[in-house]
Amino acid sequence: MTIAAARRLTNGAVCFVGIGLPSAACNLARLTHAPDLVLIYESGTVGTRPNVLPLSIGDGELAETAHSVIPLPEIFTHYLQRGRVDVGFLGAAQVDRFGKLNSTVIGAYARPTVRLPGSGGAPEIASQAREVFVVMKQTTRTFVSSLDFTTSAGRPSAIITDLGVFRPNGEAREMVLAELYDGVTPAQVQAACGWPLRTVATIATVSPPANEELRVLRDLHQRTKAAHATRVRITLPTSGVR
Amino acid sequence: MSATLTSLHNAIAEHVHDGMTVALEGFTHLIPFAAGHEIIRQRRRDLTLVRMTPDLIYDQMIGMGCAKGLTFSWGGNPGVGSLHRVRDAIENAWPHALAIDEHSHAGMAVRYSAGASGLPFGVLRGYTETDLPAANPAHISQVTCPFTGEVLTALPALTPDVTLLHAQAADREGNVLLRGIVGASREAAMAADTLVITVERVVDSLDAPMNAFVIPGWQVAAIAEVPGGAYPSYALGHYARDNAFYLAWDDIARSRDSFLAWMEHHVLGTADHAGFLRSVGAAE
Repeated sequence: MTIAAARRLTNGAVCFVGIGLPSAACNLARLTHAPDLVLIYESGTVGTRPNVLPLSIGDGELAETAHSVIPLPEIFTHYLQRGRVDVGFLGAAQVDRFGKLNSTVIGAYARPTVRLPGSGGAPEIASQAREVFVVMKQTTRTFVSSLDFTTSAGRPSAIITDLGVFRPNGEAREMVLAELYDGVTPAQVQAACGWPLRTVATIATVSPPANEELRVLRDLHQRTKAAHATRVRITLPTSGVR
Repeated sequence: MSATLTSLHNAIAEHVHDGMTVALEGFTHLIPFAAGHEIIRQRRRDLTLVRMTPDLIYDQMIGMGCAKGLTFSWGGNPGVGSLHRVRDAIENAWPHALAIDEHSHAGMAVRYSAGASGLPFGVLRGYTETDLPAANPAHISQVTCPFTGEVLTALPALTPDVTLLHAQAADREGNVLLRGIVGASREAAMAADTLVITVERVVDSLDAPMNAFVIPGWQVAAIAEVPGGAYPSYALGHYARDNAFYLAWDDIARSRDSFLAWMEHHVLGTADHAGFLRSVGAAE
């Protein structure tokens, strides 16, 4: 899934990167076929080239390897709203048939069964990036016939899942199955989809991961895991209060 | 008038009172954990807490009953999962009900910027085709551009009674230098009626490069020197974010009992931030 997402990024594109899987996909692309990818994280780092994946959107690694670090409001005004972002990546707890996304609540808004994190940058990324990719694992709980809450309009030009790839079709932009991983059947995709699945006439097969892609991704995850396991020690001044 | 150099205890006692609207900003970086813990120790109540990302510090303050309201845009433990105490407050009103005023990041940035500019509201091209305006009609509306006729989203200015920040350094006149990821700290600082800042060090000279983010001392009500004051968040140039602690927090905060026991032991059971750092094993 990460590799399939990474392949969609063209060299030189300006990407607005979310944490987790999108961050892994963007950095994998930068370390393989798209070395000039410009990564912008909403914390305010522009043109960052992290050596390990950040756990949060504002880890020091992102600032120290960035071309510039700017105030967060400018990320949303000068870059995103002004139209300087080519690609945005979004994930969510739920997606519907038209690619709308929910990351706010399960259940009623006023008294939710599950309170999810909320919007973050999603509503404006969805409406202002030139192109949006959605990456999420596919089950009947995540691919639903009706959202509990619309956090963002989504508007994905692709939804990349662990089973295949959906693409928008027609004026309504209904998300239809367009690609499958090797060995996955449309019936399996339907079983993990909460709406009646439609497919393109000829479903393509996603080519299997190349050795190089796997090696780079594994190395990246290994470096990241080691870095995140390190506890921090602070040296307190011994001289007492000045 | 320049800032008063004082202890964190005195700064909170003097400037943060029950019922206030309080913003502790810093986006992942420079989160003022020491200040938040001191507010918990001094048992403040009925605060309306404002932060783009509530993070662990608001999980702790809300779980300890400091807040009646939360204004925010993304409430998770970044890269880890839920903020269990924030969830418990919203889903089950524990320890009591929490009124939420929810936005997107772009919206929060606009609200702080309007507050910092002395304007009643801010505008953005945002919240398009979302359920947020219907969910939060008191704080999300529309305005028509008088020049183009475009309908834009309008949001009321945020003007916290007190904004609390953490920074790397202050000089003896109270001028404060922030370096690295600053999030919306500058806007939150200038939007506030009262600004209280903790710093890693008080120094003779900031040696700030021209165009650096320096808050002039005459804007700051109180400064307290609190080494490690952002831990388990971080202060660039001093210590890294303790990602292992953020991962561990998920288990600590999952149940009310383990959360309360942890807070009793490490926060209420320590006199100050140095005591807290030693208690959790982050300092000798």
